[in-house]
Amino acid sequence: MDAKVAKKLGLKERYALMTRGLGWDTSYQPMDKVFPYDRFEGIKIHDWDKWEDPFRMTMDAYWKYQAEKDRKLYAIIDAFTQNNGHLGVTDARYINTLKLFLTGISPLEYMAHRGFAHVGRQMRGVGPRVACLMQSIDEIRHAQTQIHSMSNYNRHYNGFHDPMHMIERIWYLSVPRSFFDDAYTSGPFEFMIAIGFAFEYVLTNLLFVPFISGAAYNGDMGAMAFGFSAQSDEARHMTLGLECVKFMLEQDPDNVPIVQRWIDKWTWRGTRVLTLVGMMMDYMLPKRVMSWREAWDIYFEQNGGALFNDLARYGIKVPACAAQAAIDKEHVSHQAWAVFYQYCGVSNFHAWTPSPSEMDWLSNKYPNTFDKYYRPRFEHWAEEARQGRRFNNATLPQICQVCQIPMFFTEPNDPTKICYRESVYKSEKYHFCSDHCKAIFDHEPEKYVQAWLPPHQIYMGNCFPEGVDPTMPGFNALDEVLKYYHINKGRDNGEFVGSEDEKNFSAWRELAGKN
Amino acid sequence: MSNVFIAFQRNEETRCIIDAILQDNPNAIVNEQPAMVKIDVPGSMTIKRATIEEKMGRSFDLQEMQIHLITLSGYIDETDEEFNLSWKH
Amino acid sequence: MTVVAREKYEFAPKDTVDKFHGAQLLYIGWEDHLMFCAPFCWPVPPTMRFGDIPQALLAPAYGAHPDFAKIDWNKVEWYDSGSGRRMQPDVNKSIAENGLKHKDSLRFRTPGLDGLKGCSF
Repeated sequence: MDAKVAKKLGLKERYALMTRGLGWDTSYQPMDKVFPYDRFEGIKIHDWDKWEDPFRMTMDAYWKYQAEKDRKLYAIIDAFTQNNGHLGVTDARYINTLKLFLTGISPLEYMAHRGFAHVGRQMRGVGPRVACLMQSIDEIRHAQTQIHSMSNYNRHYNGFHDPMHMIERIWYLSVPRSFFDDAYTSGPFEFMIAIGFAFEYVLTNLLFVPFISGAAYNGDMGAMAFGFSAQSDEARHMTLGLECVKFMLEQDPDNVPIVQRWIDKWTWRGTRVLTLVGMMMDYMLPKRVMSWREAWDIYFEQNGGALFNDLARYGIKVPACAAQAAIDKEHVSHQAWAVFYQYCGVSNFHAWTPSPSEMDWLSNKYPNTFDKYYRPRFEHWAEEARQGRRFNNATLPQICQVCQIPMFFTEPNDPTKICYRESVYKSEKYHFCSDHCKAIFDHEPEKYVQAWLPPHQIYMGNCFPEGVDPTMPGFNALDEVLKYYHINKGRDNGEFVGSEDEKNFSAWRELAGKN
Repeated sequence: MSNVFIAFQRNEETRCIIDAILQDNPNAIVNEQPAMVKIDVPGSMTIKRATIEEKMGRSFDLQEMQIHLITLSGYIDETDEEFNLSWKH
Repeated sequence: MTVVAREKYEFAPKDTVDKFHGAQLLYIGWEDHLMFCAPFCWPVPPTMRFGDIPQALLAPAYGAHPDFAKIDWNKVEWYDSGSGRRMQPDVNKSIAENGLKHKDSLRFRTPGLDGLKGCSF
């Protein structure tokens, strides 16, 4: 007798049965009590079944393919370590990009894991719950694989040793940290727009392609491998973000202005954080991939342009900040590197002046701005360093209450003038780098008055190791702040030329070719 | 018309996937970069399992593309036989 | 505007003046001297004489710039950063007596000393 073979289900049906088919409306407790967070933001959802699953990956497929990615990645990490792959990078200056990444990005991957786990629990619809929970697992995988990949560098170079401690303390790390704290403390729908859409869709290529291509161009197989491995998850994240925004916009026209405001806010906040990436691309890669300006043109103006063309039918407009970002793209990387050049005494990575050929590259890529405004600075500083007067800034800066970046940004119509904006709220004064940060504050001041601003915290005396007495003779505030930051003075910080990293890399490379 | 795009890591499997995409999407534009290949197509792109299997010489589940994928742009429609990217609805 | 939240959303500001051990925060920026990437922030006693600011605060911070030694402090122009309004501080009075409050932000211009290299550096 023939055994009856059931017809195999198609992908759509399999996925529907294994996800929505397993959901139910609660009857012992009211749904609103089980899902207390998905209505308060004012987003109206009438029919969760209208959610279209962008990727139809059931859990068994997820485990299978994620495991395969991890197997491949860890094989590469092992090979890289076994082969002293770190000596294959273009030069030791490159390694500072990884310190920036491990302290500024990897802790955010962990927070993304926490954020998506929370949102994945709070959304009433099964489709987004499943997608968010998969993303949550992806994000902790990213944190783990980044830490593993970079552990090899930590064995040999300075500044990698304490990212989780540093993210909550070091002045420049409050920029990415506060970005994520703002998203994480918003409601689930705002979180989805902030991270799922604005960060993971609109801006993600501006983070990952520069770092990963930077790794590929500079001989860093370890970072390149984890980058590509993470990117394969990012495609799912991007489509989740896009589906989320589309779903919200289609559910009720009242959602449109709320979503627009979030898109405006988060595109701006993300753009400000990406200043660090712009600086990395233009100043920290010995072998450069493309300029920040070019990356912005391709990944925001063109690619983002296509996206916003598509969303126009819902009434969504290109984010309000796009015009200022288009001006800023020719300035911010140069201005930001000047910040790190002068403040590298309090950073966990090194800085240096660009070489003459690097400045020629910059002139070529920034014909409107580099020679006029920025070359003179770096030439002056290079000459000062040659004369034994390397320029260092030891006074704390004024920073923006919202983006928490030092107030180095200039007026959109005049790059020689610092942009100052302020607001008074309940008799206290607050300062901002731009109209856009000010607008974000003015809309939700109660959120930002709580900000932990590093320079202010230092002046309050909150950034010294426990038990240190500032009134004791011989007290050196800067030294104590470095200890609080877990920055090893003279090893992790300061000028690249003459650093331990530079000397070691050079010596080991030479050893690799001798007997 | 806006382009959709997809980008893959460069390896032996994706060599066949890319060949399949180029065969099924005559307007495709290929952009080669270190370790990565990006393919842009105006309007919409269709990736077919049957064409990939033909190029690869083995059976292939379209979801296996996940292992090699770097990034993409456009709305996705996914079945067992085809993976579609488009800006159309 | 209030934060959209499930419950009352009100929190004490982190940086009120009582947290600075008797000092108030003052921000000062030197216009057209972008060698110093951003304006500076200092905790200052409200009783500090305005005229002492150049030696006490600005010299350690800005002294590396060739223009600094040439400044004639009688000719310096002071502005409130937020409004852009020109100020006429009394150098013999204290910061508080000059009406400066916690977290006020000033900038100063030194006409004729416009930074290096013709690019406000």
